[in-house]
Amino acid sequence: MYEKEKDLISAFLRGEVDRRGMLKGLGAAGLTAGTAGTLFNLMSTQALAADFDWKAHSGKSLKLLLNKHPYADAMIANLQTFKDLTGIEVTYDVFPEDVYFDKVTAALSSSSTEYDAFMTGAYMTWTYGPAGWITDLNEWIKDPAKTNPQYGWDDFLPGVKASCAWNGQPGGALGSEDAKQWCIPWGYEQNNLSYNKEMFDKVGVSVPKNLDELLVVAAKLTKDVGGGVYGIGVRGSRSWATIHPGFLSGYANFGQKDLNVSADGKLSAAMSTPESKAFHAKWVQMIQESGPKDWSTYTWYQVGTDLGAGASAMIYDADILGYFMNGGDNKMAGKLAYAPFAANPAASAPTPNIWIWALAMSNFSADKDATWYFLQWATGLEHAIFGATKMDFVNPVRASVWKDEMFRERLNKSYPGYVEMHDISAPGAKIHFTAQPLFFDLTTEWAATLQKMVAKEVPVDEGLDKLAESINRQLAEAGLG
Amino acid sequence: MASVTQPGARTGGFRISKRVLPYVLSLPALLVCIGILIPFFTAVVYSFQRYRLSQPWARQFNWGENYLNFFTDPGFWNTLRISLLYAGVTVGLELLLGLGIALLLQRRSTINNFISIMLLLPLMTAPALAALMWKLMTNPGFGILSYFASLIGLENFRWASSPDTALLTVVLVDIWVYTPFIMILLLAGLRSLPTQPFEAAALDGVPRTFVFFRITLPMLTPYILTATLFRLLDSIQQFDIIYAMTQGGPGDTLTVFQVEAYLNFFQSTNVGRSAALLIILWAITYILSNVFIKNWLRLRERARGEA
Repeated sequence: MYEKEKDLISAFLRGEVDRRGMLKGLGAAGLTAGTAGTLFNLMSTQALAADFDWKAHSGKSLKLLLNKHPYADAMIANLQTFKDLTGIEVTYDVFPEDVYFDKVTAALSSSSTEYDAFMTGAYMTWTYGPAGWITDLNEWIKDPAKTNPQYGWDDFLPGVKASCAWNGQPGGALGSEDAKQWCIPWGYEQNNLSYNKEMFDKVGVSVPKNLDELLVVAAKLTKDVGGGVYGIGVRGSRSWATIHPGFLSGYANFGQKDLNVSADGKLSAAMSTPESKAFHAKWVQMIQESGPKDWSTYTWYQVGTDLGAGASAMIYDADILGYFMNGGDNKMAGKLAYAPFAANPAASAPTPNIWIWALAMSNFSADKDATWYFLQWATGLEHAIFGATKMDFVNPVRASVWKDEMFRERLNKSYPGYVEMHDISAPGAKIHFTAQPLFFDLTTEWAATLQKMVAKEVPVDEGLDKLAESINRQLAEAGLG
Repeated sequence: MASVTQPGARTGGFRISKRVLPYVLSLPALLVCIGILIPFFTAVVYSFQRYRLSQPWARQFNWGENYLNFFTDPGFWNTLRISLLYAGVTVGLELLLGLGIALLLQRRSTINNFISIMLLLPLMTAPALAALMWKLMTNPGFGILSYFASLIGLENFRWASSPDTALLTVVLVDIWVYTPFIMILLLAGLRSLPTQPFEAAALDGVPRTFVFFRITLPMLTPYILTATLFRLLDSIQQFDIIYAMTQGGPGDTLTVFQVEAYLNFFQSTNVGRSAALLIILWAITYILSNVFIKNWLRLRERARGEA
């Protein structure tokens, strides 16, 4: 039964037939979508198991710590596949993002053996790695006895993969030769423009191409859309999370940095240059003229929901935030579009800073080999394809998923400009921060300084000079400056 | 013949001597003391260390450097100022409001009892939830309080988003949550006051204001001091409301002790600095408690005619 269909799926898994060809064939054979899906999962599992002993840890159990996120949802939806493949039992705790990182810190700092693997941001590994809380995964990735030959480590987008690797030296380049692979990227966000096409058409403005245009367009939208709609949504809470999305993406596009690294490895603040001050001044002006009234309380959630509810005309934030707002039961679903954004008129392309959701292995895991089985499955191609085509597992971190015609078509159909935006900005996409252990201290203070500037408590020049002075003092106190 | 229990209780088949019994009875209290003191002294030790979880190799005793750094850190002085200001303003206003409401509800009646129970509702709300509720009510776009503000000519009132009004906003939330606490304590105090002085004053036709300032208030002072002390200790340690609404912002407007200590520990993993902040906070609360307790004792002595 289904022998022909199985052959077709096998041909696809061997790369002899593309996804479209396989689906056409299955459709012609009269298979329902449900049956085809079941059959495909079964064949995928068999293909995965062909060259590698996935059952080596059968009967063991793992526990995961997860953030409430579509990536986690996609994994949970597909988790039975892993259990069937390996015989490993998996349990998990899911926490909302407000408290998630505190939970991780509490678990790891107490050397708790409760969790084997957990979701993490790449920035967090700059704390967890040197503290000895997580494991360098190179040991497993480079061991053919422990890693499925079809894993495809080279399939990961180079900039994203490198952003999860650091040698632990403050100021050390991410992805350097001596870097430790602290986590495996799972999904990532580039920061670009997501905008309400209907509002843009109503006001008669086109998509801004640089920061100067952004100021003008956002101001016009604020003035002319009506109904209390404001022009541009960006984050503003007193948190590191305010700095890393649109703000740093634009800032880096002007060639500016957070910190200087001297030849002897000493760090110093780099945000008090004239170019930096000019950028800050424009950014502050943009928020004052066209941002939300209560910008200083804005997090990922407010920026996103305002766009989805039609309270803002565009956001300069995570592309996937715009993606999520264009679906579901959002008021503006189907009305959003996407564009790459290079803040600097002289720049040839965007240079988005990226946020990466990744998976890391706890150093206190009781069974690291079994944990690695989960990690390689969860970050493997089959699960990535499943998540990208059946769930909201975007942005994928594997090049082959981005090449998948069905995936691209799905995005192009419902998310106009999304694929093009991704492809244009991907080459310049990476973490633009300097890797160092005071990341959260310095970026939180940077956000607080921005708040003071927007509230006109302090002029931009003076604010940045004070910030640089304070950062240099903290770096010196920590023995880094 | 009825048996008489001899001193030196027999328990579980063995006799505990009179000398040992007091120690056995005080053992639970001793264990609680130890349970309290171990974390406290651990924090004291941490506060004298350079200790970042992200730099475990750099952990060392630093001769009080964490404390010395505070003297030259303008951020610390801002934290001290804003913590004391927040505590002073909230407790002062809650005391006035709580006393006012308690006086209004002083007479025992069904309606007064019902109102006093209704007024306790905010106290049943978790402060973090209250903060989120107020965050929605003060949203400049759709918040009902923003709408009311616009009716009295306060267009674009930014509540917690503006450095000028952030303190006012969180103080309002604190007042909403905790005024009932003071109200209920003072109401209990008012209703337990002896009636004779008031009856005598009524017979003599003494004006109400005189009765209030010369009889009610002095007799109520121990209750007021108790309520104030409880609230002051709570208020100077405020975290939930401020963090949920503003995360300490805008800028450094609301970086009170607990917010700073929390960010230092959980976000920066700077255990040494976080512990030093909390030890200073402990010292402040200790001093304040002492002042209040001494005053309370003096009042009690005066009431007994010992002073």
